[in-house]
Amino acid sequence: MSITTVTTDSESPRFRLEALDPRTRVLSATALVIAVVALNSPAALCLALAGALALAAAAHRSLAGLGRRLLHIEGFLLVLLVLLPLTTPGTPLIAVGPLAASSEGLMLALTLALRIAVCVTAVFALLGSLDPVRLGAALGRLGLPARLVQLLLFVSRYSTIFRTEARRLVEAMRARGFTGRPGLHSLRSYGNLAGMLLVRALERAERVDAAMRCRGFSGRLPLSESGGWGRGDALFGAAVAGAALLLLAADRLA
Amino acid sequence: MAHIPDGVLSPPVLIGGWAVAAIGVGLALRRLDESRIARTAILSAAFFTVSLLMIPLGPTSVHLLLSALMGLSIGIAAIPAVMVALALQMLLFGVGGLTTLGINTVNIALPGVLIGLLAGPWISRLSVPQAMLAGGLAAAGAVALTAGGVVLALLLSHSAYSVSAQVLGITYVPLLLAEALVTAFAVGFLKRVKPEVFPAGLPRPLAAE
Repeated sequence: MSITTVTTDSESPRFRLEALDPRTRVLSATALVIAVVALNSPAALCLALAGALALAAAAHRSLAGLGRRLLHIEGFLLVLLVLLPLTTPGTPLIAVGPLAASSEGLMLALTLALRIAVCVTAVFALLGSLDPVRLGAALGRLGLPARLVQLLLFVSRYSTIFRTEARRLVEAMRARGFTGRPGLHSLRSYGNLAGMLLVRALERAERVDAAMRCRGFSGRLPLSESGGWGRGDALFGAAVAGAALLLLAADRLA
Repeated sequence: MAHIPDGVLSPPVLIGGWAVAAIGVGLALRRLDESRIARTAILSAAFFTVSLLMIPLGPTSVHLLLSALMGLSIGIAAIPAVMVALALQMLLFGVGGLTTLGINTVNIALPGVLIGLLAGPWISRLSVPQAMLAGGLAAAGAVALTAGGVVLALLLSHSAYSVSAQVLGITYVPLLLAEALVTAFAVGFLKRVKPEVFPAGLPRPLAAE
């Protein structure tokens, strides 16, 4: 497990992710994911996975939550992972009837699955617990356009409101006998639900817009301040950069 | 469905996706002044919420993309709106990816914006049944383009993906049907209840009242 310490040994034993500047977390996650996307050797990817898991553990992230994220496989990913071994030409390894899984294809599917798992774990460890408001502030301070940041803050704020509103609307539909059984009637109901949510959103937007104008909104929102770069950020950033370079070197050598 | 995770696509495809997304976001933000930001953002939040609902369809269920409806109502602002929604989905649920945020934004938002530009001027003029038909066709077209974008991104990334990518194209058919019908009904509802959702004339992000 010597390599797993690469990403964590520079931190003090009382390593706390929350103590880092959110900008450090965003930049570190981006750097790690970019490095991992460039990896091709299964050995380097296994090292990266061990490191990412250690990072998740060090950040005190719930492993059950990570498991759920890793198991949540998009339908199209499933197609890719199943079909790659069957459709890649090469030495047949297992043959079932007319279908043969080639070792080349299995290797390809394995590296693909590993790469995805490492990236999901790294993002989960570093950004999973980051509140959208702090993320928005961090992105704004990293130089992203102010309007894009405002859009992010607004969408995260109002989507929680609309989620409760949607739940209320669905409950009202259920009370009137809506079962959600697949069919045209169901799709019509969802269409009306979407329309109703948009109508309410538009009406709410008018009120919010008026309230913002009345308070003198001129296109800028103050971003919440949260400390600045510290010694911990420098150490963590250096550790992440070292780990990324080490993985890329291991990938070349393997 | 269209949320490609990190680690699947090749660097040139990822960079191309980011380049197109950055241009789209830049163009959209230029038009999004302080008098429009609240409206656009709050409508985007509503779209994001609806896209999280599970729509039952046959033996499975699908999440809608709603890109055509976004293109019709908020125009090019759909590009930054989709990017923000995808970023939040990655943060909150772990779907999609960091490096693929650009290409995923392009695959989902661009078809909606293009179709919105084409169909937008019509929707506000048509009668309710005609607008429903146009909205359904617009949504079907947008999903087909999204599927094409995902397949193309895979094909350009690795030659080994070719068969899988073609199979993937077929899996978009149920989503296309659900999206077309829900959008048609939503357009019908909005035409009757709140026709000003669809800005008349040239599609600008939410023309002022």
